[in-house]
Amino acid sequence: MSDETLPVATALRHKDLLAISDMTPEEIRLVLDTAEAMKEIGSRTIKKVPALRGKTVVNLFFEPSTRTRTSFEIAEKRLSADTLNIAIASSSVVKGETLADTALTLEAMNPDMIVLRHSSSGAAHLLSRICKSSIINAGDGTHEHPTQALLDAYTIRSRKGGIAGLKVAIVGDLLHSRVLRSNVHLLTKLGAEVWVCGPPTLIPVDIARLGVKVTHRVDEAVEGADVIMLLRIQLERMQGAYFPSLREYFSVFGMTEARVKRAKDDVIIMHPGPMNRGVEIASEVADGPFSVILDQVANGVAVRMAVLYLLAGGVEHHEEAA
Amino acid sequence: MPIVMDADRIGRALTRIAHEIVERNKSLDGIALVGIRTRGVHIARRLAKALQDITGQEIPTGALDITLYRDDLMRHTVGPQPLVRLTEIPFSIDDRRILLVDDVLYTGRTIRAALDALIDFGRPKVIQLVVLVDRGHRELPIKADYVGKNIPTSAAESVQVRLQETDGVDDVTLQQEGA
Repeated sequence: MSDETLPVATALRHKDLLAISDMTPEEIRLVLDTAEAMKEIGSRTIKKVPALRGKTVVNLFFEPSTRTRTSFEIAEKRLSADTLNIAIASSSVVKGETLADTALTLEAMNPDMIVLRHSSSGAAHLLSRICKSSIINAGDGTHEHPTQALLDAYTIRSRKGGIAGLKVAIVGDLLHSRVLRSNVHLLTKLGAEVWVCGPPTLIPVDIARLGVKVTHRVDEAVEGADVIMLLRIQLERMQGAYFPSLREYFSVFGMTEARVKRAKDDVIIMHPGPMNRGVEIASEVADGPFSVILDQVANGVAVRMAVLYLLAGGVEHHEEAA
Repeated sequence: MPIVMDADRIGRALTRIAHEIVERNKSLDGIALVGIRTRGVHIARRLAKALQDITGQEIPTGALDITLYRDDLMRHTVGPQPLVRLTEIPFSIDDRRILLVDDVLYTGRTIRAALDALIDFGRPKVIQLVVLVDRGHRELPIKADYVGKNIPTSAAESVQVRLQETDGVDDVTLQQEGA
């Protein structure tokens, strides 16, 4: 356990987990503390507890995803929930149904929670307004990916003992990254010093307003860093020419062993996956001693169990004209 | 707020229980203590020390959080979830004699949850129950093997155990509910 003296919430305030920007530092610590207990369950011979028995969770994924979907599904099963996976290719969406209609159709079958991944920013917010079930945002467009930021924070905290005061350098495709936005909100809320770095074409306008330091020079971002977080170059979201070539990107921004040397001796290297080796990260770094990339995957299950558990009880929310 | 046990009586009760454990179990080989969070864990640690003082043997001690096994979890449609804390059982419970330790035995529902949780960790040879206080009013067929003190209560009363480790003082008090 860490950050023991800092205040922790006793419950989440909302029925949904839509964005880190909605969360207080106390709520974030509640999720991280609960995840500590959930992590232990994964180390047992029988990796299952009866907490969500009889609860139904729908995993509604409109974008391809292996790690997030698998991670949620394992988390749900370890808590004994009944799970249902709906992937776009096999759903009525290909027949022209809107997101709202899909959600209302599912809701008519009375699930308790819907985990949503969608390519449009704000999709999870839309569902939260029309659905009674708890909505968990598993990534909406370029907006947020809250459970990824929570598992990143968990990983940092378990390695560094805390988050306040750490220098975190985030390097990569900042423009298309929901992981960036969620991480920036979370890390600044918990008091880290966040540097973001990437080619000027891949830095969102006004990103500095989120309380981060912006640089185009990797060496400056990485200098003395406690944490280096790399973001994938999302070619599938790029409709223009943002940089000349992947090789050039690697030579200017790629995380190599030489660049890692500028960071602290006990730096940790993170990547939300999937990685493009030889583009944003060199293989020697991805597989090297500072890499915690596989820890992130393992911690994802514990953090998602915590979120599912905390939302499943229902939260005291004010319903209009119930 | 009448004090029904002070630090002295708690200490003596635990020493007596430790002697009973030694007496009733021919050998302490294969014995382990598992305390139920929060105060059961501290009582289990004190018993481990008392047992070591008597026999010189070190007894493995673990901590069990039963929150995810509670029978009232998810029964209330609205309300915050109880906090989940860390379970730490750093030894295999298979074929061991487990002494399950809690502060107060009341309805028996916590112990039911703890038994379910323990069985998920393995198949102990025996599970015995140790409580500091038995206040009656059982709702399940559960009985303690070692009791520090039986305290007859009414349903309108509540029993508060305070321990040095969590509360800075050792005592057991009887309170009128809502008072």
